[in-house]
Amino acid sequence: MTSTFNHIQSAHCENGVTSNLLNHHGVTNIDEPLAFGIGSGLFFIYVPFLTFSNGPAIAFRTLPGKIFARTCKLLDIPIYSKRFSSPKKAKEYLDDFLNQNKFVGVQVGVFYLPYFPKEYRFHFNAHNIIVYGKENGNYLVSDPVMETTTSLSSEELERVRFSKGVFAPQGYMYFPKNKTEVTTEQVKKAIILGIRRNARDMLYLPGGIAGVSGINFMGRRIKKWRDKLGLRKAGLNLANLVRMQEEIGTGGGGFRYIYAAFLQKAYTFYPAHDELLKVADLLTKSGDLWRDSAVQASGMYKGRITEQVDFDTMGDYLLEIADIEKKAFKSLREIQWKK
Amino acid sequence: MKNEDVPQDLKHLNTFTKELIYATKSDGSYNTLLSSGWNVKYSALELVWGDIYETLRDIKEQVNKDEVSPILFLMKWRLMDIQTLSSYTGFWRWTIKRHFKPNVYKKLSDKILLRYANSFQISLEELKNININDFHF
Repeated sequence: MTSTFNHIQSAHCENGVTSNLLNHHGVTNIDEPLAFGIGSGLFFIYVPFLTFSNGPAIAFRTLPGKIFARTCKLLDIPIYSKRFSSPKKAKEYLDDFLNQNKFVGVQVGVFYLPYFPKEYRFHFNAHNIIVYGKENGNYLVSDPVMETTTSLSSEELERVRFSKGVFAPQGYMYFPKNKTEVTTEQVKKAIILGIRRNARDMLYLPGGIAGVSGINFMGRRIKKWRDKLGLRKAGLNLANLVRMQEEIGTGGGGFRYIYAAFLQKAYTFYPAHDELLKVADLLTKSGDLWRDSAVQASGMYKGRITEQVDFDTMGDYLLEIADIEKKAFKSLREIQWKK
Repeated sequence: MKNEDVPQDLKHLNTFTKELIYATKSDGSYNTLLSSGWNVKYSALELVWGDIYETLRDIKEQVNKDEVSPILFLMKWRLMDIQTLSSYTGFWRWTIKRHFKPNVYKKLSDKILLRYANSFQISLEELKNININDFHF
């Protein structure tokens, strides 16, 4: 039994799943940028001593699962979510909810995801899809980064729901409990809280590896990579940085553009706050610089430009970005919100 | 990024889907459009894969010289690290490292091999009769 499901393509999987699921539960005023912003999705972290698919661990977004959870929480939408230790149980629960005509968000690993081409399959476990029905034993799947819907066999779905490694999904599934509506007032309140939390995450997390200081830290480290790691390893690290930043799902520029789009959207709720538009421009600038830095990096790992001065240029890009984002989030934090 | 700057670099790698990009119209306001990819990104991906293949060729040589067991090769072939293989198989990391030794590997029971075969998504028979030289990169 299948009910009507509207597939909407989005840039990022979790935003997409969040806004699609909300849409199908009566909440029609939350699109991808709003889900990303209210969920305080923008982030940066660089953990040099942790390796993640052969490179240092770098992320441009917040922890997987957070965007959905935070967005629903701030909008007062009760959610159902569950992890499983047994694949059999996980399947029973899913089937059960599908029989009740529910659309279910499911966390999966991409490594064994058959509709992804081999070149994109790494052990990345924080991908999200919506299962919206079952037909002839196959699960109907809406993957927000794909242009169209697709399907998975029972075995295929089980394999990706129980992929292993960092962020192993353990059959994690989630959806809003009931159909509800969200008022403009609620959205307005959630926008403020989302922005405040995001500003805090970018500016004030201790440790020096997260947020703006993380970008700064990485910029300074990159300048030393040539001597410390050698060209080959440094090149690989840079390639990994570019991959994380521009991977399918970021909307370009390491999520900076989506966040800028969110701020413009926020402005439509708060037309008295011109600051929002100014900060949106800053983040557009930052996204552009991230992309310029990726071009610079590609010249370096292709072996075209490999002098120390090129590493310095690369590092300086990040320092400049850190400056801009610091300014951006400082001004977001200082906004005196008016009704 | 402005609408007209959104790259449309088509490569065989990215025939499966176009991706959604946020870009600005001439008045600076955001909209979304589809991109068929970006060369900068492809080259990063190619470099990473080149590195993986190089590692695999090295290990292949070592397996042929009987210096390491095919487990190490298959682990890298499936892009896993020891941590990931450990959670797929349920073996401790040091156990897996022991199984990298050819002498230890040759004495492994079917039961243990089956857990490896399942983790690599190949059959037990395939694992037992594996010929490393059938893999080409």
